[in-house]
Amino acid sequence: MSDLRELYQQVILDHNKHPRNFGELDGADRHADGYNPLCGDRLVLYMNLEGNVITEVSFVGSGCAISKASASLMTDAVKGKTLAEARRLFDEFHSMITNSETQVNLESLGKLAVFAGVRDYPTRIKCASLAWHTLRAVFENSQELASSE
Amino acid sequence: MASPIQDSPPELDVIRIRQDFPILHRTVRDKPLVYLDSAATTQKPKPVLDALAHYYAYQNANIHRGVYVLSAEATAAYDDAREKVQHFVNARSSQEVIFTRNSTESINLVAHSFGRENVGPGDEVLITHMEHHANIVPWQLLCERSGARLRVAPINDQGELLMDEFAQCLNARTKLVAIVHLSNSLGTINPVSEVIQLAHQQDVPVLIDGSQAAYHMPIDVQALGCDFYVFTGHKLYGPTGIGVLYGCERLLDSMPPFLGGGDMIRSVTFDKTTYADLPAKFEAGTPHIAGAVGLGAAVDYITEVGFDKISNHEAQLLEYGTAVLSEIPGLQLIGTARNKASILSFVLKGVHPHDIGTIVDMEGVSIRTGHHCTQPLMDRFGIPATARASIAMYNTRQEIDQLVHALHRVREVFPL
Repeated sequence: MSDLRELYQQVILDHNKHPRNFGELDGADRHADGYNPLCGDRLVLYMNLEGNVITEVSFVGSGCAISKASASLMTDAVKGKTLAEARRLFDEFHSMITNSETQVNLESLGKLAVFAGVRDYPTRIKCASLAWHTLRAVFENSQELASSE
Repeated sequence: MASPIQDSPPELDVIRIRQDFPILHRTVRDKPLVYLDSAATTQKPKPVLDALAHYYAYQNANIHRGVYVLSAEATAAYDDAREKVQHFVNARSSQEVIFTRNSTESINLVAHSFGRENVGPGDEVLITHMEHHANIVPWQLLCERSGARLRVAPINDQGELLMDEFAQCLNARTKLVAIVHLSNSLGTINPVSEVIQLAHQQDVPVLIDGSQAAYHMPIDVQALGCDFYVFTGHKLYGPTGIGVLYGCERLLDSMPPFLGGGDMIRSVTFDKTTYADLPAKFEAGTPHIAGAVGLGAAVDYITEVGFDKISNHEAQLLEYGTAVLSEIPGLQLIGTARNKASILSFVLKGVHPHDIGTIVDMEGVSIRTGHHCTQPLMDRFGIPATARASIAMYNTRQEIDQLVHALHRVREVFPL
C-alpha cells in the first residue's frame, strides 16, 4: 500500500474531489486549451493579469485524479505570482516529475512536491504535466492546443 | 439418447495451457503477472516463439526466385503458413489469403483497391457505431477521396446493433458494408450472418473486421459468405507485424493492386507493367516471412487446443467475471449484449479509468484503460474512457479474483 499512497497522496485525492479555482473566468485576459488525445484528458485554463502579475487563474476540464489535482494545485500555486516566477515554477515542477537525477528544491515547490512520486510512473507523467503545458500556452498566448503527450 | 455427461462441453486444462506461455510466469512489481489485456494483444505460446527462432536460425532467406535450397525452404515455409491460415478460416483457396501487416493494413488495402474501382460521388459506405478507428478512418479517407458518404448504423444501450435501423441504412447507393465481428470495447458479437444476408440481397459486398473474433471463435468465411474478412496475427497468439486479408477470389481478381513494387509484378518495362496473380498481386516487397511462419504455428496451436474448449473456458470466465464485478460498489459494465465474448469493459463511479489502471497494476494486474480506439462509441455512452479486462484461453478464475481484489484497493483509495 505504501507505493500506492506515495502516488495517491491525501492532498491529491482532496484536490481531485474538491478542485480549487474550478470554473470559467468570464472575460479572462487570456485562456488556452490543453488536450491529451491518447488518454482523453481535457483542460481549459483562464488567466487575468495586472501588469506581470497573475491576479486570477481558473480551469475547467475532465481527466484522471492526477491531472485534475495537478491543475487545481497549480492554479493555487501560481496565483499572485509574476509570469517570470510562474515560469520558474514550471521548470522546477517539470524537472521534479521527469528527471530523477536532478536535485529538486522540494521546499520551493511547496504543496506541489506531492507530485514527486509521479516520476516513478512514466505512463502518468503526462497526466501531471498537462495543466503545466497549458499554462505555458497561456504564457505564450498560444491559440494551439497544448499537450503533454 | 446421449447422456448429460457426453453433452457437457469439453474442459480446457488451463494449468497445462499456462505452461506453454513463458511470460505468464514472470512477476510485475514483485507480484505474479495477471494479464487481462488480450484484446490489445495476446501472449505467445512456446510453439510460436520456437517457430520464429527456428525460422531465423535455420531457414532465413528471401523467398521466391532464389534457386538455392535455403530460399526454397523459406518459400515453402511461407506458402505453408498461407495454407494453414486458409484452412483456419476455411477459404476456398490459399490465393484468397493475403498477408498484410495487420487488420488496419488489410482494411486500408480494401478501402484503396476496392474503393478506387467501386466507390464514387454520392455512393455510401455503411459501418456501425461500435467500430474500431481502424474500421472508421480508412472509410472516411475513402469518402474524402471519392465524394462518397459514410453512414453509421446505430446501436442500443446494451451495445447491440439495431438490425431494423441497419437494414434501413442499406440502399441502392451503398457500395460496401464494413462491420466488426466482435467489438473490442464492448465484447458484443454482431449477427454478421444476418448482416451479410441483408447486404447481399442488395448486392452489397461485406467486409468483416475479425480482429477480436478470430481468437475467440472458429471462423468459416464460406459459411458466413462474407466478401472480405480481416484479422491480425498478434491477437491470435501470433507475432506482431503480420495480418491477414481474406477476400473472395472474384473481388480480389477485379481489384487493382494496393502497393506497387517487387514480387507483385509479372513483368516490368518503363512503358507497361503487368501484375502477378493472386495472392502476390497484393504482397509488394519482402513480406514478414518469419511473422507468417509464426502465425502458422499460432493457428496450429489454437487448432490443437480446440475452439470448443477455448470457447467453453472463456464463456465460464465471462459469466464468473460478470457476476463478481457486478458486486463491486459503483461499478457499471459497459457492453451487456446478450451475445457477448469475454471482454469486461466497465466504469467505476468517482474514479477515472486511468487511476483504476495504475492502482490495479500495482497489484500485478494488467488491464487496458482509455477509449480503446473507439472514441465515437465512448461518446455514444457519454464517457471519456473505460477500464477493460479481456480474457483469453490462459486466464483463470483466480486471476479474476485478483482483479476484484485490486478493484477493492481502488475503492479504498477512492471511497464512494
